[in-house]
Amino acid sequence: MNNVTTDAALVLAGILFVIGAIGVLVRRNLIFVLMSVEIMLNAAAIAFVAAGSKWNQPDGQVFVIFILVTAAAEVAVGLSLLLRIYSQWRSVDTDEVSLLKERSNE
Amino acid sequence: MSNLLWVTILLPFFGAFILMLLGTSMPKKVMGAIGCATVGIAWVTALIFSIYHLAHNPNGAVTVPLYEWMAVGLLRVQIAIYFDALALVMTLVITFVAFFIHLYSFQSMYDEEDYRRFFAYMNLFVGSMLTLVLSNNLLLLYLGWEGVGLCSYLLIGFWYKDRNNGIAAQKAFIVTRVGDTALAIGLFFLFYYFRTFNIQAILAAAPVLLPFAGTVITAITFLIIGGAIGKSAQIPLQTWLPDAMAGPTPVSALIHAATMVTAGVYLIARLYTLFMMAPDAMLAVGFIGSVTLFYSGFSALVQRDIKRVLAYSTISQIGYMFVALGVGAWTAAIFHFVTHAFFKALLFLAAGVVIDAQHEEHDLFKMGGLKNKLPLTYWTFLIGAASLSALPIMTAGFFSKDAIIWACYSSTFTRTWFWVAALLSAFITAAYTFRALFLAFHGEQKMEVSKYPGSLMKLALVVLAFFSITVGYIGWPELLLNFDPFGHFMSSVFRPISPGPLHYARGAEAALLFVSAFEVFTGLYIAWRYAKARRWAGVVDRSPVARAVHRFFFEGWGFDWAYDWLIVKPFKAITYANYRDFIDSIYLGIAAVAGLISKGIAASQTGRVRNYAAGLILGAVIITAIVLLR
Amino acid sequence: MTQLFYASGAVAIVASILVVVGTDPMHAIISLAVVLLAIATIFWTLGAPFAAVLQIIIYAGAILILFVFAVMVLNLGREERAREKSLISGVIWVLPFVLTAALLAEFILVLANRQTMPAVAVVGPHPVGESLFTTYLIGVELMSMLLLAGLVAAFHFGVIPARLGEPDE
Repeated sequence: MNNVTTDAALVLAGILFVIGAIGVLVRRNLIFVLMSVEIMLNAAAIAFVAAGSKWNQPDGQVFVIFILVTAAAEVAVGLSLLLRIYSQWRSVDTDEVSLLKERSNE
Repeated sequence: MSNLLWVTILLPFFGAFILMLLGTSMPKKVMGAIGCATVGIAWVTALIFSIYHLAHNPNGAVTVPLYEWMAVGLLRVQIAIYFDALALVMTLVITFVAFFIHLYSFQSMYDEEDYRRFFAYMNLFVGSMLTLVLSNNLLLLYLGWEGVGLCSYLLIGFWYKDRNNGIAAQKAFIVTRVGDTALAIGLFFLFYYFRTFNIQAILAAAPVLLPFAGTVITAITFLIIGGAIGKSAQIPLQTWLPDAMAGPTPVSALIHAATMVTAGVYLIARLYTLFMMAPDAMLAVGFIGSVTLFYSGFSALVQRDIKRVLAYSTISQIGYMFVALGVGAWTAAIFHFVTHAFFKALLFLAAGVVIDAQHEEHDLFKMGGLKNKLPLTYWTFLIGAASLSALPIMTAGFFSKDAIIWACYSSTFTRTWFWVAALLSAFITAAYTFRALFLAFHGEQKMEVSKYPGSLMKLALVVLAFFSITVGYIGWPELLLNFDPFGHFMSSVFRPISPGPLHYARGAEAALLFVSAFEVFTGLYIAWRYAKARRWAGVVDRSPVARAVHRFFFEGWGFDWAYDWLIVKPFKAITYANYRDFIDSIYLGIAAVAGLISKGIAASQTGRVRNYAAGLILGAVIITAIVLLR
Repeated sequence: MTQLFYASGAVAIVASILVVVGTDPMHAIISLAVVLLAIATIFWTLGAPFAAVLQIIIYAGAILILFVFAVMVLNLGREERAREKSLISGVIWVLPFVLTAALLAEFILVLANRQTMPAVAVVGPHPVGESLFTTYLIGVELMSMLLLAGLVAAFHFGVIPARLGEPDE
């Protein structure tokens, strides 16, 4: 018998989302940042599925497909950019790649 | 027919317009021709209309409106001409003298690069001056007043590349501005009381509306005097005129001798009814005039620059006109204006020839012996000098100056000082005039003649010399000949006639005539001896007292020095002290705060992705909180 | 079923924490794989079998492999891994923790004031497919264009100079 409540699913999604957010905020290594973003995307997918299941509609899962596609495109482009950054800066530290920093007193 | 007068006024403006906008590619001769032709045709039309006026309506006046300038509430101002005897005299003299000065400058200014600009400004000036004398209301008069002030500034600073000329032009404009402000306030007062600017309406309503010798009328007339002394270079606003000699000589002849500086005289004469109602103001006018004419004679006596001699002389002669106005001798003042226009313009033009001939040298002590090299110039200068010194019977100046001296003696408004000063300075006038003549033309020649006058220049000199002799014959004193058409003509304007019964005392009048004649010859003789012997030059140098007095006269009795210390220096000190005042610090403070905020916000742009992501999440937290808390 | 849900939830949370605090990229990728599989299970327990299968095939089976390839190509050495540990220690956790804790609290608060309902319905692949080809047809097309764009971009950016580690041009 399935007693999973919507709320539980949404809370789970929230927790996973927050964990991913912490990863984005704390990590300096670009690979880890990308992985944390993946976790966040998955958390959103859980929320969609829970909603679709609740209303007995396929829309939730359709959106999961969309999220999947988006994540795929994003990872492809992101990783190729990662490799370019490495080839130029010799490091994958996001703090090094900060040329858009505001320089005052020039 | 009366619309012909609009041609007179508008044609010089049109000439100026054409020269300014379209004249850049014209050949010089065409530019000069346009400049002279407009003034010449203006004169011709004025003459035609004057003849018509004299034939049909000699003692009356005609108003020629053009259109309504503004109609705002109670203020209704027209663009209109008021033509009576006074306007006739002024217009004819202005256009005639201006025409010959234009002819003179056609040749004398020919080598100038800015030939076109010169004629444009001169035409603009003539147009403004005609507007001033022909307007029927005070607002249009003020327009002309400001216009001549502007042209004076433009023409004094004509050679703008030399900074000193610009400074002299600024000085002229600023000093006359003081007077103009007083005049403007006077006009405000007039409008407040009379609700109109129309001159004739004001003159008719004044005796009815305002109490005789009351505070109001006295205040108004004093303000008008303020304006007049600015433009006419009387004490205390006379300091600009000697410096205004920085402009080209035709400019000095036209503006600062014959026409603009007499605008103040015209103004007071035009508003004579108001002045007759304010005896204090008349006294002030007379006093200012008499002091000025006396003081500037001394300054003219010691000047080295030939044009400055003539400038101080102009101040002095206008002082005569003011004294005449102050004693109620309106006709005599206008008569002196007429003769002065001719002989002073003549003297300036002749001085211009001399300056051109002496390699642009102005210093009298560096000139000499030009009598035989420039004979025409010499004789015309002599005639002008004689007229200025009021050589009896033979010159026009005699008739007008004698009329003034007689009025100063006999009028009921006068004070003793007036005629004493007028009489004494006739002597000084003769002295300084002939000193200049002897120094420039007699003695040994110090410099070769560099430029001879052209034919048009000589023509101008001859014509003006002719009138410097003959124009006086329209106003004989009663003692000598009972022929005074000028006086009769002007009496149609100045109604009631110059006040007080001019009690006729043959003896007094004869005595005065003899004294003034004697003075002319005395002055001439002294100047001649001075120029010959130059003994007195040594006297001045040896004694420190004499040197101090000499310097005092030379610098115009210290007016410039006084103004510098009393007004200019404190003003500059205050402005420099106020350079960074507390109001500035408010604005600087605002700018500094903005800068600080900007720096603060800029610090948040670290360039790190982590920080930006933190910003995103912070935003999400805040917005969700807001939604939750609703 | 419910227990399966809670169990796989716990696994997902633990594994994601491992990802976030990990030092070695390879180990972190493995943990990420665990997360994805756990989430697939969660999908199945929530009645979305189609989504679960797609998750495994595409996410864990393709996207993760991209990560693996990237890490292998980068070939970060041992000293990198040591350095990594030093970077994420200490006080750097405080502010993000506070921020995200606040966010989580808000999420839970939003849910707190409503009635909870069971999420029971099983939506199979058939309705999903129908919806994809009718209601969300445009979305599908757009997604394909997105993939094309991603392909082109990755291809363009992917041209790295011959020797890795040199600046280009």
